[in-house]
Amino acid sequence: MSRTGIVTSSRVNSSAVRNKKQKSFFDYSLLFMMIFIICFGLVVLYSASAYECQMKYGDPKYYLMQQIKALIMGFVAMGIIVYFVNYRILKFNLFAIGIYLISMFIAMLVLTPLGVEANGAKRWISVGMSVQVCEIVKVGLIIFMAYYLNKYGSKIKDVVSFIKALGCVALPAGVIAVFTSDLSSAIVIAGIGSVMIFITCPKMKYFLILLGMGVGLVAVAILAMPYRMKRVRVWLNPKKYGEDGGYQVLQSLYSLASGGLFGKGLGKGVQKLGYVPEAQNDMIFTVICEELGIIGGIAVIFMFVFMIYRLWVVSVNAPDLFGSLLVIGVMAHISIQTIINIAVVTNTMPNTGVPLPFLSYGGTSILCLLLEMALVFSVSKRTGVTK
Amino acid sequence: MNSIQRKHLVLYFFIFLFLIIIVTARLLYVMVADSKSYEEDIKDLHERERQIKGKRGEILDRYGNVLASNKTVCTISVIHSQLNDENKVIKVLSKELQMDEDEIRKKVEKVSVREKIKSNVPKETGDKIRNYNLDGVKVDEDYKRNYPYNELGSKILGFTGADNQGIVGLEVSYDKYLEGKSGNIYTVTDAFGKEIDGMAELRQEGKRGDDLVTSLDLNIMKYARQSAIKALAEKKANYVSIIVMNPTNGEIYAMVNEPEFNLNDPFTLNYECGIDKNSKEYQDLLNKMWRNNCINDTYEPGSTFKMVTGTAALEEKVVNTNSTFNCQGYKIVEDRRIKCHKTTGHGLENFVTATMNSCNPVFIEVGLRLGVENMFKYMDRLGFMGKTGIDLPGEAGTIIHKIENVGEVELATMSFGQSFQITPLALLRAACAIINGGNLVTPHFGVYTKDEEGNVTNKFEFPVISGVISRDTSDTMKMILEKVVSEGGGKFGQVEGYRVGGKTATSEKLPRNSGKYIGSFIGFAPADDPKIIAMCIIDEPQGVYYGGTIAAPVIADLYKNILPYLNIKKD
Repeated sequence: MSRTGIVTSSRVNSSAVRNKKQKSFFDYSLLFMMIFIICFGLVVLYSASAYECQMKYGDPKYYLMQQIKALIMGFVAMGIIVYFVNYRILKFNLFAIGIYLISMFIAMLVLTPLGVEANGAKRWISVGMSVQVCEIVKVGLIIFMAYYLNKYGSKIKDVVSFIKALGCVALPAGVIAVFTSDLSSAIVIAGIGSVMIFITCPKMKYFLILLGMGVGLVAVAILAMPYRMKRVRVWLNPKKYGEDGGYQVLQSLYSLASGGLFGKGLGKGVQKLGYVPEAQNDMIFTVICEELGIIGGIAVIFMFVFMIYRLWVVSVNAPDLFGSLLVIGVMAHISIQTIINIAVVTNTMPNTGVPLPFLSYGGTSILCLLLEMALVFSVSKRTGVTK
Repeated sequence: MNSIQRKHLVLYFFIFLFLIIIVTARLLYVMVADSKSYEEDIKDLHERERQIKGKRGEILDRYGNVLASNKTVCTISVIHSQLNDENKVIKVLSKELQMDEDEIRKKVEKVSVREKIKSNVPKETGDKIRNYNLDGVKVDEDYKRNYPYNELGSKILGFTGADNQGIVGLEVSYDKYLEGKSGNIYTVTDAFGKEIDGMAELRQEGKRGDDLVTSLDLNIMKYARQSAIKALAEKKANYVSIIVMNPTNGEIYAMVNEPEFNLNDPFTLNYECGIDKNSKEYQDLLNKMWRNNCINDTYEPGSTFKMVTGTAALEEKVVNTNSTFNCQGYKIVEDRRIKCHKTTGHGLENFVTATMNSCNPVFIEVGLRLGVENMFKYMDRLGFMGKTGIDLPGEAGTIIHKIENVGEVELATMSFGQSFQITPLALLRAACAIINGGNLVTPHFGVYTKDEEGNVTNKFEFPVISGVISRDTSDTMKMILEKVVSEGGGKFGQVEGYRVGGKTATSEKLPRNSGKYIGSFIGFAPADDPKIIAMCIIDEPQGVYYGGTIAAPVIADLYKNILPYLNIKKD
């Protein structure tokens, strides 16, 4: 099935078939884009965190070094995977189901003494280093759903099998929501899984129904819970609730508004000096906009658009459906987080904490992203030809 | 991948593009269209503003000598969030500022953006503290008023309060010219109020206040003060006031009220007393000390007022220089027998000799001839019914009977300066009008203000009412008053080689028979064309209390010094 896909999609394919030496293709533009975003991210991370690190740890490079450590680990792992591991081994039941279950098991470790509590929620486990469990679950979900949908995806033609597939997504999302009280990550996980089902499942109307039910559910949830209603009010008028729930969003808007066309210059932002909470994390985009202005902000958006585009190209040309689905999962992961993150900092949607891929501070996040990208390159490497 | 999946994938990519366009549009809206609406909030959020005082203008005498200037002082404050060694800060500050440790500790430990520890700290102390390089301790330079001559002119110059605004004297009346405009320093801070090093400080410089050029004459002030000090000591008086002014335009050269106080330490009494400095009693005593007796207090002028009665009588032609009178040593008015100071009587005398003798019965007669209406008319014309309008705060008005309550007895006593109260300055102004040909001037100090480059920014005009009496009367009065000094009761006011005119007075303070007197003298020179007029009041002198004997020599002594200084030619 996937073979025919490539043949019909790519005119260049015929030449690839002719020239056997070209069968190993590697998407260098995606690799360079990713490396560029990561390096750019390190510069911005340093700018965003130096002041706070100096005050907290007496070392302005503290977060930067933590991030670089995770990156080195990530790149080493990536190299090993891309060179020595064929992504197809993940198709085995043992691996796919194993990873899926283990990722959820790891998530549940937050309840054990390994769990690390911060801000009233246990979202990390400590095993020599702090690990944010939801990121592991995302990787597990992408691999498992690629396996599951490769097997049953095109057969999802009735409600029962559709609900079964949804169940596979809902399980890890539920684990994250319940055990780590991290609703934002649960939404992202559900989103990744849904996008993968949506692309594989031939029945669009299930999705429209699902979407309608989702909207209704959200509306009911908001109306039923006064504190959610308050979030909506804050969203609609952050200035009014600046002291009362709207602080982060308001500070974020202040950062954007003070950026101007070219920004204040790298390192010269003021909002990161304790005004914007989590400036190096979920709010890193505000630092970019304040210091590099509209130009910087738009440039970053373009980088992500380009990256998503390349991921789309890789997934379309992947040698098999399983490979496509792996790449689609990664694409869904990056695209959903990018949109939610920027939507939050621009107050396009109510505040929810989602990091910006590759740019936000977070060792587990960047490590897992690099593992995902390793799978993408592994797929890309085995693609006959991309255009 | 089948074609449906491929289609879904394309669809997803476009949904992604659509959403990215929405958030980008939103981003542009916030960063461009809506950014203005956050501008003010952002400024408020990031910037802390600190005031820097504008330098206060100086007060100068007529020749540019500085009577009030500024010196640099420091304000010490702490910023709580920047402190890293509170105990050291407390120790150093209490040592250098000589303040109680507990008092400083309270301020240092207070969590505020900026807490002021002490202001008006000498620059040397401020520099010393700065050299400790303590984190969180700020030393800001500031200006404080400085009066180079300490006590000189204390009750006219006045002084300023902690934030450099005028409290009394010229510092108050010309405050709006002298005060500079405050500037601001805007500093960018982090969310905890800590100033960011290396962030550009925006300074909005204050504007320096204008200098006030006064009519005061430093040398005359010094001479007058010396004379007053001497008289105060010799007569062990309560106070001695001397006013020296130009009778033709109302410019005041000097105004002394001895004992004066130190302008650089105005909140300390100029004498020892055991009262607690913070008590209300002490504050009342300070207020009393700051009083300018020449304008804030009233007194019964006594015989110097005969100038006014005489002028009114001449003007109304109820007497002339040849009118003759007979003094028996007393005069009976209605049921009262009013004595002359010479109880045996002056006998036969004309109006001129009666003035020279300061004969009360004659002036009672003159006053009665004049009548109540005329008496009040000329008191009004010579400015007693209002205030002089001097450019100092707190001028007292005249205390006088209502015209309908003035009977013969009251009129008789008014004729020789009793039964009403005026300020010394009001009498001096009337004397100016009497001898300058009938121009009622406004006594004043302020002449003009100038900016730092010396450009005149304001010229002060003071009202002059001309023709309040006729020139003839004025000339006659000058002639009579010259005779008072050359041959009459004011002979101790004579200055050798000069033609001096004047009139003495000895008034018994209320209540009568308390044995408390005020001896006073008004003298002017040259008598035929007065360039200067001066008044001396000695309050409650011990021993001899006659104005002619104690106050006239003070002015004579002063004139000996300042007439040559003013280039007034010997006759």
